[in-house]
Amino acid sequence: MSDTALAWRQYRLERKMFWRNPTAAFFSFVLPLIFLFLFGAVFSGNQANLNVLIPGIAGLSVMATTFNALATQMTFLREQGVLKRVRGTPLPGTSYLSGIIGSAATNAVIQILIIIVAGKLFFGLGWPKNWAELAIFTVLGVACFASMGVAFSHVIPNFEAAPAYTNLVFLPMIFISGVFFDVDNVPTFLRDIANALPLVHVINGISAALVTGAPLTDHLSDLAVVAVWTLACVILAVRGFSWSARD
Amino acid sequence: MPSTEAAITVVDLHKSYDDHEAVGGVSFEVAEGEIFGLLGPNGAGKTTTVEILEGYRASSSGSVTVLGFDPAERPRALRERVGIVLQSSGMYRHVRVREAVAHWAGLYPHPRDVDEVLKIVGLDDEAQATALVRTLSGGQQRRLDLALALIGDPDLIFLDEPTTGFDPAARRAAWMTIKRLRDLGKTVLLTTHYLEEAQELCDRVAIIKSGKILAEGPPSTLSQASARYRVSWRDETGTLISDEVDDPTELLHRLTGEAIARGESLVDCSVVRPSLEDVYLELTADQASEATQ
Repeated sequence: MSDTALAWRQYRLERKMFWRNPTAAFFSFVLPLIFLFLFGAVFSGNQANLNVLIPGIAGLSVMATTFNALATQMTFLREQGVLKRVRGTPLPGTSYLSGIIGSAATNAVIQILIIIVAGKLFFGLGWPKNWAELAIFTVLGVACFASMGVAFSHVIPNFEAAPAYTNLVFLPMIFISGVFFDVDNVPTFLRDIANALPLVHVINGISAALVTGAPLTDHLSDLAVVAVWTLACVILAVRGFSWSARD
Repeated sequence: MPSTEAAITVVDLHKSYDDHEAVGGVSFEVAEGEIFGLLGPNGAGKTTTVEILEGYRASSSGSVTVLGFDPAERPRALRERVGIVLQSSGMYRHVRVREAVAHWAGLYPHPRDVDEVLKIVGLDDEAQATALVRTLSGGQQRRLDLALALIGDPDLIFLDEPTTGFDPAARRAAWMTIKRLRDLGKTVLLTTHYLEEAQELCDRVAIIKSGKILAEGPPSTLSQASARYRVSWRDETGTLISDEVDDPTELLHRLTGEAIARGESLVDCSVVRPSLEDVYLELTADQASEATQ
């Protein structure tokens, strides 16, 4: 079987297992949607706030479905010895990881689509103004946060510690990156930190595609920051990768 | 060039971690179709040796050949012909047993039939085959480990402590399964710290302690290293007496004669040949006492 076919088989298995695991399905899938409807209800009637919230939740979803999910999952697979077992089979490592990351990316895309539909139906947003821009920022955001999740799993000592470690990154990042409110109201030093991180730029891009309709050329700097982060995270993810649990 | 009969060749293998030498110059050969056992106490270097052969660890020095390949390079052609049961390795929790084995089958060029393999390892009743992996007992998970190692129809199977933690009944069942591998013509390298297991399953055994091989050969010849009989019985005062003789015939004749003359039965009489266990304890105890000196 070709490496691509093996990756596809792995992907299908990952999809099947994802829906059988209620905890994973809840935290990386249902939770962002709960945030969407909760804050959507709070801000209902205030279109300016909703216009900030919807792209914010979209960015949060990209991060939750990839960074959080993969950091936790890779830690589990490494610690439980699943990676080591797989390493002993003819399955190429790239096919295996493609299947896993592909499954996380699928969750991100499904989330974005749900958010778009909800935005249209309930929150006074039209259909996306620039689909290509949306696709570019979603794909790049997924690549960035997926590789960040795999890289970050190298730092997490064991599975029990995984939620604490991921939330230590996730929660501060979503709060300072303007998921729930406009970043313009944030103190300068926090805004500077947020601007150095990738999430705010993913949200800017998605916001342009969904709300303002600003062309991609207005958001090249956002694209550049996310691209640099992606490159760095891919390098870290590959270099620190370990197939077996720490002794 | 390795000889065509040898599935595994290990020559003067060394492995050191920082200041500690886990394997210190181990050499052995495993012939095709043979069940070979590495027998030794915990920390003897068994797992380190096997994990070098499996391609998980690099050796510090020495040469290793597995089915004609260098396992350190982890060639795919080798991985397609080897089945590995690690000492402990987890599995996806949310997959069903048959699903997992079928998925693994797809990783190999010429897999065995999924249901046939489930039958070999004894997970073939429908409730077990459709159970989620996270609901399996320890023994059932170990059988799944074996199924996943067998599904690719490997020529060579590594079993690292395949029955550790099993109750006696489960151990017997696992032994039956491993013996079936011999019938299938597989080469098996197993590690164990159970002497009984090595004696029961292995064509040849290497006793390993502190990273060195102390003795090697078929279990029967290792036992014959001190081929004396130990005869034990209670005398007329009830004291338990034990004697070692080359030939017990005469002693037994005398003992039974005396007992009949006294009109008593010969209480607690036993005749035992030294088992591999005695050889093992003798060899490893020598080492232990040397170490404390």
